[in-house]
Amino acid sequence: MKLKHRNRFFYAGLIITGIVLLLVLVGVVYTPYDPTAMNAQEKLQGASFRHLMGTDNMGRDIFSRVLYGSRITLLIATGTVALGAIAGILIGAFTGYYGGRLDEVLMRVMDALFAFPSILLALVFVSLFGTGTWQVMLALGVAFIPSFSRIVRSEFLRCKNADYVKSAKLQGASSLRIMFWHIMPNCKNVILSAILIGFNNAVLAEAGLSFLGIGAQPPYASLGKMLSDAQQYMMTLPVYVLGPGLMIFSMVIGFSFLGEGVRE
Amino acid sequence: MRYIGKKIGMMLFTLLVVSLCVFLAFHLIPGDPALRQLGTNGTPEQLAALRHEMGLDRPVMVQYCSWLLGIFHGDLGSSYVYKIPVTGMLGEKIPITITLALMSFVIMILISLPLGIYTAKHKDGKIDHLIMVLNQVVMAVPPFFAGILLTLVFGMILKLFTPGGFVSYHTSIPGFLGYLFFPAIAIALPKSAMAVKLLRSSVIEEAGKDYTRTAYSRGNTTNAVLYRHVLQNAMIPVVTFMGMTLADMVAGSIVIEQVFGIPGISRILLTSINNRDYPVVEAIILGIATLVIVINLFVDVLYRILDPRIAKEDEA
Amino acid sequence: MKLQRFGGKKLTVLLLVMTMLAVALTGCKSGDKAEETSKITIGIPQDIDGLDPHKAEGAGTREVLFNIFEGLVKPDENGNLNPAVASDVTVSEDGTVYTFTLRDGIKFHNGNPVTVDDVVYSIERCAGTDGETPLVSAFSNIAKVEATDEAHVVITLTAADTDFLSYLTTAIVPKDSTDLDTNPIGTGPYKYVSRSPQENIIVTRFDDYWGEKAFLKDVTFKIESNPDSIVMDLEGGSIDMFARITSAQMDQLSDKFQVYEGTMNLVQALYLNNAFEPFQDVRVRQALCYAVDPQGVMDFVSAGKGTEIGSSMFPSFQKYFMPELNDTYNQDLEKAKALLEEAGYPDLTFTITVPSNYTQHVDTAQVLADQLKQIGVTANIQQVEWDSWLENVYSGRQYEATVVGVDASSLNAPALLSRFVSDAHNNFVNFNSEAYDAAFAKAEASVDDAEKTAAFKECEKILSEEAANVYIQDLPEFVALNKKYTGYTFYPLYAQDVAKIRLADDATN
Repeated sequence: MKLKHRNRFFYAGLIITGIVLLLVLVGVVYTPYDPTAMNAQEKLQGASFRHLMGTDNMGRDIFSRVLYGSRITLLIATGTVALGAIAGILIGAFTGYYGGRLDEVLMRVMDALFAFPSILLALVFVSLFGTGTWQVMLALGVAFIPSFSRIVRSEFLRCKNADYVKSAKLQGASSLRIMFWHIMPNCKNVILSAILIGFNNAVLAEAGLSFLGIGAQPPYASLGKMLSDAQQYMMTLPVYVLGPGLMIFSMVIGFSFLGEGVRE
Repeated sequence: MRYIGKKIGMMLFTLLVVSLCVFLAFHLIPGDPALRQLGTNGTPEQLAALRHEMGLDRPVMVQYCSWLLGIFHGDLGSSYVYKIPVTGMLGEKIPITITLALMSFVIMILISLPLGIYTAKHKDGKIDHLIMVLNQVVMAVPPFFAGILLTLVFGMILKLFTPGGFVSYHTSIPGFLGYLFFPAIAIALPKSAMAVKLLRSSVIEEAGKDYTRTAYSRGNTTNAVLYRHVLQNAMIPVVTFMGMTLADMVAGSIVIEQVFGIPGISRILLTSINNRDYPVVEAIILGIATLVIVINLFVDVLYRILDPRIAKEDEA
Repeated sequence: MKLQRFGGKKLTVLLLVMTMLAVALTGCKSGDKAEETSKITIGIPQDIDGLDPHKAEGAGTREVLFNIFEGLVKPDENGNLNPAVASDVTVSEDGTVYTFTLRDGIKFHNGNPVTVDDVVYSIERCAGTDGETPLVSAFSNIAKVEATDEAHVVITLTAADTDFLSYLTTAIVPKDSTDLDTNPIGTGPYKYVSRSPQENIIVTRFDDYWGEKAFLKDVTFKIESNPDSIVMDLEGGSIDMFARITSAQMDQLSDKFQVYEGTMNLVQALYLNNAFEPFQDVRVRQALCYAVDPQGVMDFVSAGKGTEIGSSMFPSFQKYFMPELNDTYNQDLEKAKALLEEAGYPDLTFTITVPSNYTQHVDTAQVLADQLKQIGVTANIQQVEWDSWLENVYSGRQYEATVVGVDASSLNAPALLSRFVSDAHNNFVNFNSEAYDAAFAKAEASVDDAEKTAAFKECEKILSEEAANVYIQDLPEFVALNKKYTGYTFYPLYAQDVAKIRLADDATN
């Protein structure tokens, strides 16, 4: 009964994420209109067959912009998680496995990093390096390192005295081989679920930053930026809010359902 | 006790690292605050004089040390833009942000405890499923957007509060708290969803353990077992989570203050970053970072008090 | 064990109490209807950059301080200069000696009478007589300022300047004021009460004002840093007025608001850094002018209502405005492409830096980028905060192109034109033309008004022909004012004259 319930989550997640990814892929090859092409005659229109999600205040096709914006959002989220996960896993693996002085120092650095909430860190980065897609990715990625490294470190601490590690050592396996060949596979569920959670956090954090005016620059827009632009048309043109809103929502909920499923 | 002492030592070290990072980051970036302050009409001599007056002509490490020493005297320097002491400027705003964060925290506890326990008790019931799905939904809405929706529904349609009509705590305390209520909900909602989920799974896990069965076999009622035994253990990870959340809430207020037009710390932070008003930015960032570190330490210690097993493991 | 008390029924009760409390608290706010009669909250897009009237730079700051400070003369809504702190002024035959009569009985906000010494102090402070750079550059022309008796101040100029009077809107402040930045004291219809950074500036009616007293007693300038919430805040009632809403925002407003339509008196243009390599070539600049269609921009950003301009002058300055310059470049894509080809930049790429708090300029940049695409030019947009714009673009001149509106700080042509003289400190576009410098110098030197006007017009023509910038429009200004109030007045300068705003008749009964 329980398993079945979990599976439902997993499949729902798979379907939602599948649709989102499909739309993004389609957007790479084809959008109904140029996402930046303006049209003074067709400003702020509602949904129609010409414009599935209506047009924005510049007469741009919202559906095309949602497709394009999803790509930017997805890119930022993927980059963020990739950076955070790779650096975090490496740091976590080495500190967990070797311990000692290295562990002490790196963990203090992680503590220091951890003291900056991701939005705060992103703000600092942006004030240092200017605003833009890459800066946001870098900032959020760095902010995500400590959580990954902590998770991986504790898994390594748990595993390093396990029997299979001892026997591998006796067989003369190198430390690197033990770490990444023997221990790592045992952490894959934990890491996978951390990645899925991280992905959601990245999408949501990007939306928050866009709202503060940090991130993709016009005429291009990430989903978060579109949503925040749409804010003032909420009463008069709800479809403008709905497009980017639904897309963010589907992205996050798809991945969190997947996460629920994977955890079992 | 030795453990706590060691932890505090580590914390102080971390704080030092953080303060150094913050200070260096803002002193090594391009952009001269003296030039900015002088505006478009300054002569090189005026610039040099002002740089001297602001202490910008000293070596960076000297500036750092004097800044650090100043902090211990409660002196965070003066705002470049507003020309008033940073302590006074932030002193006005800190109560706003802290009240907002604490209010969110209380709301989170009030929402998540009953719901978490209820859903665990009635696992796989209709309401449990409904709440679990709602949970996922709430977690998938960007917080700023939740804030906008709340403004729309409770501010514009139901007229329970005036959007943007922040009331200063100097004017009226009830008005002040009243205005912060909906922003606090916007911050608390996603965190509550996480807390409900965590509490539910934690209770379910504990309920499956041996000691619970023993308690039942002694003839205790479900509620007695739940409240006297299960909850006590199930709360441990939840308390940790909530502790971490308090820090998150201060950070979460950065966005929410902007949505609701609350003139708290975050508004000052955002504009000061753009104004290159370093003394203010450094003070706020260091302040938030310190808060996070202290809360983490507190949670860590609390964790040990709640769960003596860990302390024993540590000593062994 | 300790945790037990969190659970159970008590919790439900707490939750209930909490909710009731919240509802009760939010209900409180509607109690003070009667007081509303004499106060107003005005939204402003950014915090002011200081309270010292002589050091304020931003137009947004000047429009607030307009209510607190006055000069010897004061502009009115028709662009005339009326006596203010001075009750009378006489100018000598040769135009170099100005004699001002101090207004009888005029007082500062702190209750002290204004003396001739205060006037001398204020003028000297701005003239930089102590060796510093003059805060008002036209004041470098002042030979001496002296009080001849207790009621008269005489200003002697080194050379005649027919525009000199327009600079004397410079605020008169008490001579013993040391902390204007935290405690500003002026003679205007409103006096300063308090300021909270990034929150608000509060002023109250000055009851000893010499002229017609203000109608409304308490005025709060509230900083609205999030442009997207302006409509909500207006509708919700937390602000009663907002100047310069966008046409899109105007469409969202309910009929609770009266929208006043005027012009912003700005020269909105795609300002080009003439020192940026491709823009050193006049053909490239001209190509951009040929590629851009100002009407197209207006259709997007100002509901088609702006006024096209062709040089650094806006229509309110009727004397100087030259509508014929609008036709120097009419959109001609083929010609634009040919010019680019000729100059050797067939696929030019550059970045437009825009201050993010001005929706109109950000939107304009987007439309321009779209129009430029037609001639194969790629314009990337970089949004920056207003303060970094001031620092990096305006002062630092580290940019390629920017969209912004330039206003006039005083009622005269140099206010708009002096910045294009090659060595002007505020020549942020690095415009460099000998012909221009000569024409401007001629205008400045001439005493004959017709000759002077002709020379300034020559300047405008050079700016247009040299394509110093891609001129677009003088933006329409839409001011939203709650119908509870009336009497909003437009000025040919950047100013919000709150003293003229009063309660609408039907709201007083």
